[in-house]
Amino acid sequence: MSAVEGIHPGLNLAHPHAEAQAETETALFGFWVFLMSDAVIFALLFATYGVMLHATVGGPTPSGVYEIGPALLETVILLTSSFTFGLASIAMKHGAPRRRLLGWLGVTLALGLAFLVLEVRDFLTMFAQGATPMRSGYLSSFFALVPLHGLHVAAGCLWLAVMMVQVVVFGIDERVRINVLRLGLFWHFLDIVWIGLFSVVYLQGLIR
Amino acid sequence: MTTANGEAARETRTYAIGYLLALLLTGAAFGAVYWQVASAATVFGLVLGLGLVQMIVHFRFFLHITLGKSSRADLQLILFSTLIIVLMVSGTLVILFNLHHRMM
Repeated sequence: MSAVEGIHPGLNLAHPHAEAQAETETALFGFWVFLMSDAVIFALLFATYGVMLHATVGGPTPSGVYEIGPALLETVILLTSSFTFGLASIAMKHGAPRRRLLGWLGVTLALGLAFLVLEVRDFLTMFAQGATPMRSGYLSSFFALVPLHGLHVAAGCLWLAVMMVQVVVFGIDERVRINVLRLGLFWHFLDIVWIGLFSVVYLQGLIR
Repeated sequence: MTTANGEAARETRTYAIGYLLALLLTGAAFGAVYWQVASAATVFGLVLGLGLVQMIVHFRFFLHITLGKSSRADLQLILFSTLIIVLMVSGTLVILFNLHHRMM
């Protein structure tokens, strides 16, 4: 363990001077506070979902509308994207050629978009079965919780695209580095929220 | 620079271990539901337990939150948020299920 390890969440960079390190630490701790408050929002939507689970009013039920295959595929895609983002952070930290950083960010973006396509397809399948947010309390809470995570992933994808442009235009300077680290925290955090989603929403709904 | 390469290799290994553990835990949770390995309540408990372990794996290997002194503030914030979440979520569930029970 080197001295710079564990100053802030996520991969710690080796900084040329103490000032840059302090700046990075403050910036990332602030973002970490935001992520934890975001976690509270998700937790309360989980609680709402738990309460509404049986309010199906004779409409579609969880076991009727969820499918285990797409849920597993989405999970694996999101997990892999977390890993590829980790490889992007490592490439940035150790001054690998810029195209390697861009490559891994690009792979992560592609996986994020693939996840979104699959999720939207899931929602459309549910709509086709009459499972719309207006149908019951259960479906309202489902469509408040799961698409909110999807919206976060969409925002993350947009951020990834902006990040790639910044890396090309500005090069890897101090500001770009901090932004990549922040995006890394955001992306890994979304993966943690998804663990809650597939466990509590999809798998619980599919248990017979 | 051999030291930098060694560090990069070590960090890559950390992410790879985290990825592998996450895949195994995910596979176990989906497998338990797919093959219905036990009664519904047991399977649900198993899925929640595996999910919790996987969250810890993600915090440790992807977000590098350790028990070390320097990341104490981040860990404390996670634990405090967890406390808030547990209070609010369990409070919501207890009150509303109780209400539901009384309205029956």
